[in-house]
Amino acid sequence: MTSSMMIFYLLAALLVLSSLMVVFQRNVVHCAMALVAALFLIAILFVTLQAAMVGVLQILVYAGAIMVLFLFVIMLLNPTALEPRRGLSWGFGMLVALLLAGALAALVSHNEAPADPFAATELFGAPESLAKSLFTDFVLPFEIASVLLLIAIVGAVVLAKREHN
Amino acid sequence: MIVDIGIIALKAFLVLFMVLNLAGVLGWIERKGSALMQDRIGANRASILGFAGMGLINTLVADPIKFLTKEDFIPPRGDKFLHTLAPCMALFPALVTFAVIPFGDTLQIGERVINLQVANLNIGILYVFAMGSLGVYGIVIGAWASNNKFSLLGGVRGSAQMISYEVAMGLSVIGILMVYGTLELQEIARGQGTLIREFLPESWRFLKSAIGWLPAWGIFLQPLAFLLFFTAAVAETKRVPFDLPEGESEIVAGYHVEYSGGKFLMFFAGEFAEIVTAAALMTTLFFGGWQVPYLLRDGFHFPWGASWLLPHLAVVLLQVGAFAVKVVFFCWLQILLRWSVPRFRYDQVMRLGWKMLLPLALFNVIVTALVIVAVQ
Repeated sequence: MTSSMMIFYLLAALLVLSSLMVVFQRNVVHCAMALVAALFLIAILFVTLQAAMVGVLQILVYAGAIMVLFLFVIMLLNPTALEPRRGLSWGFGMLVALLLAGALAALVSHNEAPADPFAATELFGAPESLAKSLFTDFVLPFEIASVLLLIAIVGAVVLAKREHN
Repeated sequence: MIVDIGIIALKAFLVLFMVLNLAGVLGWIERKGSALMQDRIGANRASILGFAGMGLINTLVADPIKFLTKEDFIPPRGDKFLHTLAPCMALFPALVTFAVIPFGDTLQIGERVINLQVANLNIGILYVFAMGSLGVYGIVIGAWASNNKFSLLGGVRGSAQMISYEVAMGLSVIGILMVYGTLELQEIARGQGTLIREFLPESWRFLKSAIGWLPAWGIFLQPLAFLLFFTAAVAETKRVPFDLPEGESEIVAGYHVEYSGGKFLMFFAGEFAEIVTAAALMTTLFFGGWQVPYLLRDGFHFPWGASWLLPHLAVVLLQVGAFAVKVVFFCWLQILLRWSVPRFRYDQVMRLGWKMLLPLALFNVIVTALVIVAVQ
């Protein structure tokens, strides 16, 4: 077993553990912190796959911004420990989880891993190549995504500032 | 292989050693310096055999012993695990950010070329912002785990403030990235080694002769960006005039009101480590990093034609020394600021961040883009 494989298995084990904690912890703040840990571990996984840019964006956007917003909401609303929820949402969740597991199992069993997962060019995942493809081949989806985000921001401001008569 | 790992470990150790020690010394400068500014005597109680050393014994020996031997109090209805984790999360980002900050150019020993930077990542500055964005967890989690309304208020204030100023801080350095055309901090520092006249086109003769002799430091090419970055960086360190998360006259001590002993010391050290990191970033982005004006790899080359050649080791030592002097200067400037201005009101903090710094940063990006197009 090579050292990169050992690092991968260590990261994967920690990742599974923290993901399970997200689901099984009773305290919502603990769940949120476990999710932060999971996102951080995924970022490290990206770094080991020669995609440092994606890894850093993962931390910057998800761990550093979105999860802080989650925590903010949790802290302001201050929910007590969650009651175990059975019933409709539980059954629906199980169904989605089973479908996902089935899809993943099919994917893993049919696809053979490439012989050399590190066969990437020098500029693979570098900011230069990412920027180039974003601003040439994918400029339309990029612009659409940014307009979508702008609409969401404007919508949030309108909702927050609406006067109650 | 083993030598390479050893060199990296040595660099990491050296950087952490210097940052933590500078953080300690800053504690002394803060207490004795504030006393000087306010015409007080300041820390002078502790001494060893009658030697007080201008309060050095007090702040560097007595205070840490006091902190480490105090009772570690955890609020009985708080969250034990997160209460302990929070100070670590506050200290961690400030220390790891230093990994990408270059403290010198390359050092050549025989055949081996050592880059004087712990990790040379091609994402450079993005790593700094990613780690900086994790800094908010220390105060949010610490505030929540304390089960205290004052600390929760401090935590909410702190997270809103840090997120707001991260935006302005990120946008303020875009101009620098555009001018030097890279995200790597080592490359940005190298780019500041030339003179301004190399950034100007042939036809701008007047400007070329007037300011062309200046080194191409960020402060000369992006003066507005420096002011914005400095303001945002001070706000990120949560110190006066942006110390709303602590605000002792309003919410006792804010997010660390329930912390004592060693854990409080970690918050305290984290704050000073953040000052050092902010100072190092200001130095690297706007004041040439390790550059000494007109000092190239083989010695001084002045714009009027004179030159003074120096051996390689002397050049490297001068560069590392210049970096250290600049960092200490900006640390001192931040401490001076803390004892010179009063605290903002919270709505003023938010207005400054969103309605002044953010539009000015966007304006700076547009003007920079226009100038770059005009120059080309």
